[in-house]
Amino acid sequence: MLRYAVRRLLGAIPTLFVIITLAFFLMRVAPGGPFDQERTLEPTVMANLNKAFHLDRPLYEQYAVYLGNLLRGDLGPSFVYRDFSVGELLGAGLPISMLLGACALLLALLVGGTLGIIAALKQNSTVDYLVIAVATFGITVPNFVVAPVLSLVFGVWLGILPAGGWEGAHPAYMLLPVITLALPQIAIVARLIRGAMLEALRSDHVRTARAYGLPARLVVIVHSLRGAALPVISYLGPAAAALLTGSVVVETIFGIPGIGRYFVQGALNRDYTLVMGTVVIVAVFVVLFNLAVDLLYAAIDPRVRYD
Amino acid sequence: MTGPGPILTLRDLAITFDTPDGDVEAVTGVDLDVFANENVAVVGESGSGKSQIMMAAMGLLAVNGRATGSVRYRGTELLGMAPRALNRIRGAKIAMIFQEPMTSLDPLYPIGRQIAEPLMVHSRLSPRAARKRVLELLDLVQLPDAARRLGAYPHELSGGQRQRVMIAMALANEPDILIADEPTTALDVTIQAEILALLARLKARLGMAILFITHDLKIVEAIADRVVVMRAGAVVEAGPTQRIFASPRADYTRMLLAAEPTGTKAPPPAEAETLLTARDVGVTYRSGGGLLGRSAHTIEAVKSVDLDLKRGQTLGIVGESGSGKSTLGRALVGLGHADGAIRFRGATINALSPRALRPFRRDLQMVFQDPYGSLSPRMTVGEIVTEGLLVHERGLSARERGRRADEALAEVGLEARIKNRFPHEFSGGQRQRIAIARALILKPEIIVLDEPTSALDSSVQKQIIALLRAVQAEHQLAYVFISHDLAVVRALADTVMVMKAGEVVEAGPTEAIYGAPKTAYTRRLIAAAFDLGSVLTGAAEPA
Amino acid sequence: MTDAALPTAPAVAGRSLWATALRRLMRNRAAMVSLVVLALYTLAGIVGPMVWPHDYATVYSNYVKVPASLTPYPRANTIVPGAERALARARVEVDTVDVAGETVTLGLTASREIDPRITRYLDRSDLFSNARIVETGDDGRSAVMEADIARLTFVFGTDSNGRDLAARILVSIRISLMIGALATGVALIIGVLYGATAGFLGGRIDGVMMRIVDVLYSLPFIFFVILLVVFFGRNVVLMFIAVGAVEWLDMARIVRGQTLSLRRREFVRAAEGLGVGPAAILRRHIIPNVLGPVIIFMTLLVPKVILLESFLSFLGLGVQEPLTSLGVLISEGARNMRNAPSMLIFPSLALTILLFALNFLGDGLRDALDPKDR
Repeated sequence: MLRYAVRRLLGAIPTLFVIITLAFFLMRVAPGGPFDQERTLEPTVMANLNKAFHLDRPLYEQYAVYLGNLLRGDLGPSFVYRDFSVGELLGAGLPISMLLGACALLLALLVGGTLGIIAALKQNSTVDYLVIAVATFGITVPNFVVAPVLSLVFGVWLGILPAGGWEGAHPAYMLLPVITLALPQIAIVARLIRGAMLEALRSDHVRTARAYGLPARLVVIVHSLRGAALPVISYLGPAAAALLTGSVVVETIFGIPGIGRYFVQGALNRDYTLVMGTVVIVAVFVVLFNLAVDLLYAAIDPRVRYD
Repeated sequence: MTGPGPILTLRDLAITFDTPDGDVEAVTGVDLDVFANENVAVVGESGSGKSQIMMAAMGLLAVNGRATGSVRYRGTELLGMAPRALNRIRGAKIAMIFQEPMTSLDPLYPIGRQIAEPLMVHSRLSPRAARKRVLELLDLVQLPDAARRLGAYPHELSGGQRQRVMIAMALANEPDILIADEPTTALDVTIQAEILALLARLKARLGMAILFITHDLKIVEAIADRVVVMRAGAVVEAGPTQRIFASPRADYTRMLLAAEPTGTKAPPPAEAETLLTARDVGVTYRSGGGLLGRSAHTIEAVKSVDLDLKRGQTLGIVGESGSGKSTLGRALVGLGHADGAIRFRGATINALSPRALRPFRRDLQMVFQDPYGSLSPRMTVGEIVTEGLLVHERGLSARERGRRADEALAEVGLEARIKNRFPHEFSGGQRQRIAIARALILKPEIIVLDEPTSALDSSVQKQIIALLRAVQAEHQLAYVFISHDLAVVRALADTVMVMKAGEVVEAGPTEAIYGAPKTAYTRRLIAAAFDLGSVLTGAAEPA
Repeated sequence: MTDAALPTAPAVAGRSLWATALRRLMRNRAAMVSLVVLALYTLAGIVGPMVWPHDYATVYSNYVKVPASLTPYPRANTIVPGAERALARARVEVDTVDVAGETVTLGLTASREIDPRITRYLDRSDLFSNARIVETGDDGRSAVMEADIARLTFVFGTDSNGRDLAARILVSIRISLMIGALATGVALIIGVLYGATAGFLGGRIDGVMMRIVDVLYSLPFIFFVILLVVFFGRNVVLMFIAVGAVEWLDMARIVRGQTLSLRRREFVRAAEGLGVGPAAILRRHIIPNVLGPVIIFMTLLVPKVILLESFLSFLGLGVQEPLTSLGVLISEGARNMRNAPSMLIFPSLALTILLFALNFLGDGLRDALDPKDR
């Protein structure tokens, strides 16, 4: 298994390389530059700035320099937040985004999983319809509606929670953002688990388990849930990578200093290094979680082999 | 353990399914008794409700199913029993084995654990004691190399081995009754004989009742003490096996017994022209191997087959699953590539381009096994039947095509007015008639019939066979009849080819092959098909 | 079921799978309600901006962020101060203000002669119209002015610039539906052609084509979209053609998978055996059977695209002023929710109801076309 993991990680290097290369050149081909916004800049100052950030060099040379620095773990200086390196910016924001994302993920698994299982066991009951309604709501209502409405209701009207802001990992400040992040995931997990459990409960081998008088606990947990977890796991891989690397909407509306915002801001400001830094982080997360999914899959299903 | 009364009693059992189109009564008023140590068979065609009565008895009906009436085990009412109480009987006193041993075992757990689970639940064995008992059971069902197989997963075993595992699981708690729901239907005939022999041996040794649910009268005749015939959810007739087979009282039972295909086919006259010859035909598949050239390995599905087909001849190809018989059949009509030489009307058709092959196709038609899959679901029957005319008789007007469709449908015994209906509105037998009409409309010389009756109930099968015979006589057709069912092939074919693992084991006139088979494999096939009873009695005595 | 029992009904017409699906859909109440809602939305999007009394771009500077209300403005208590404020810069003294019915009568005095053009001050206000001098004092230093009170209704209130929110929501619906249709259309065309080609040709070509899709898939989606915004700037139409060009990947996968599995089905084999050519097989056997999944996916793609547009507009990357979209409105609403919650609530409701209707219709279609997945 270890050998398989190592081989998979090595195999991901070309993928990462392609993503980084594509992102680098696409970013540079786009019109505009990092210093365009500041119109008052004298041409000489502009030239000096360009020089300081090596923007006057040919593109392929900049690319080579960037790759070289990246290998040493240096993501370069930010073009816009000029007192910080990209590493520092991401280093400060990533733990916050990850904390919120991890809480949301946990919540989604616990709540979504429980709801889905209950709904499947009580198919076509009131509980089932309630879960379906909640799931439809969670999937349909976009987070940029949920976030301000939650903030309005709990922060402004009821005044029981802060409408936004960040005071360290304080539960009061985390609650609304985590709920916003978790809601669609709860919905999707509940739906997936419900569907997979229904299929599992109807399957021949569960019929066998019931025909042999195994207690309901064994039938549900051992013979249904394990197989039903597979689709959820495949969904959660990419979803977890996205959750842990921050959400631009949630961070903007609740004023949270995570890294979710950097991507959009960076792209609009042509903060090349910041965008590249975010791309690298996201890509690494995606690769790691896809690997985790495959390992979990193989651990659960003996028919899957490490090839 | 054995008392005088029945151990399982069904009284006035009715089952209703609640569907979007209203309630469907699947079973009505079924009475049934099973006495200790008895072997009872419930026989019926698909949709007769024979499986559902046992599902209802075991509390395994689908969520939309309701059972009324009474099911008693040694006097205890099972219907409506609390799950906890029911679980003390299921798997302990009454055990069940199913048709699909692959899907009936949990793919995620080793077989040792799955057999041990009911032991630990019902007999409260420790894991250690359970393991010991599992090994005994696996020896009992003669799973080779049992100790090493404890950790094996279901997908690592063959179909027959999986069914042995299921049987071991059923016997684990020494039940009073074993319910066997079509336990051999998914298996090849030789494996089927082995499993039936195993069951007969175990029954003699352990002394339990077996309730056997099947559509196969041959099995019933070989193993059952008593027979219950079901049709459309009700019991038609019940009685001792010998009496039922000797003097059936109900028309339906008589019809079932007569459904076995009879008669033989005379070979075509010696001077009949040879239509198709195949020399050294092989088919290989490449599996795996992606863009990056990962290890691709080749599978030889058909190896070096020779055959000749004359006008009016029927060549039967028999063999078990994976023998390559269907692949060969498809190659003969130019579906899929093949090596060697298949010569038809002076051309080597397997070397032709699709375009060059097209004119030959009208004379080489095919009918497939699955009447549900071989008709395009969104086309009307008329469109399906006349599609070949669009290719081979392009000048035809729509009116003329309609007339031809009427003719072809009439020939297969269907009415012309069904032309605007869709395939899903017909039964399996009707669909197979439509498929035959599609082939006939082109007036071909050769039709390859790939298990055309295997998906059909035996009474329908008999009608289709009669149809095929009539059509052949009418048009002097040559058939290649592919089947795993040796009885059907004997009735239809004048020449037989036995295939195994892609190779022809033996070939010759039907009477010669069936009368004096040369190879052990053919002998086994024939014994399993025609003389199941003696195969089983032979096996019942420990060798 | 015996073979001999032919359908005896004299009816010649069979019921196709399409007709069955339609009947099933008609029985699905949620889907039918959604269909009605969507019809209303479409009507509102097409006709609404034309017949609505307010234009989406008209600024009523006297009515900034007024709450939603069915009673017309101005309210009685704002008429007098409104008139006084309107005339504050006219260098006249307002001695009397009388409100009678739909007219207001003002008694004015001034230190200099009153210019008749003074009526403009009142007309300029959103509260009054048709201001006129009915009486002028002998010295010209006093006058009586009359004006009609302009009754304006803002059912959803106004935004932070004093524009009618309802008018803006109507025009947003128009934009959302247009973009949903446009981008889905683009995704549909590219996806179906690409997927069907790959699935039908199979083999090595299929491998290469699908590898390309995999590579595009592995790039972060939002990165793509933002790059498109950077490239195409403010051209909304062009941008959404581009979004459609990104969204085709799923469609291509679905169509390809379906085509591949259909090709292995026996009825396609049967057609090949009849000698039917590839084009006819595609036309008669593959396309009619792929259509179902494509329709299902399409109904789910429309809300996805609408959501994407709203999301980009929310970030300020989508539709630009003075045109607007639900995402822009929600974003503005979020900024002003403390003093004008209606600016958040109404656009959010409009978007949510639209998405719900589209999703329910999609689910209904899936259940109708693919009943085994119930």
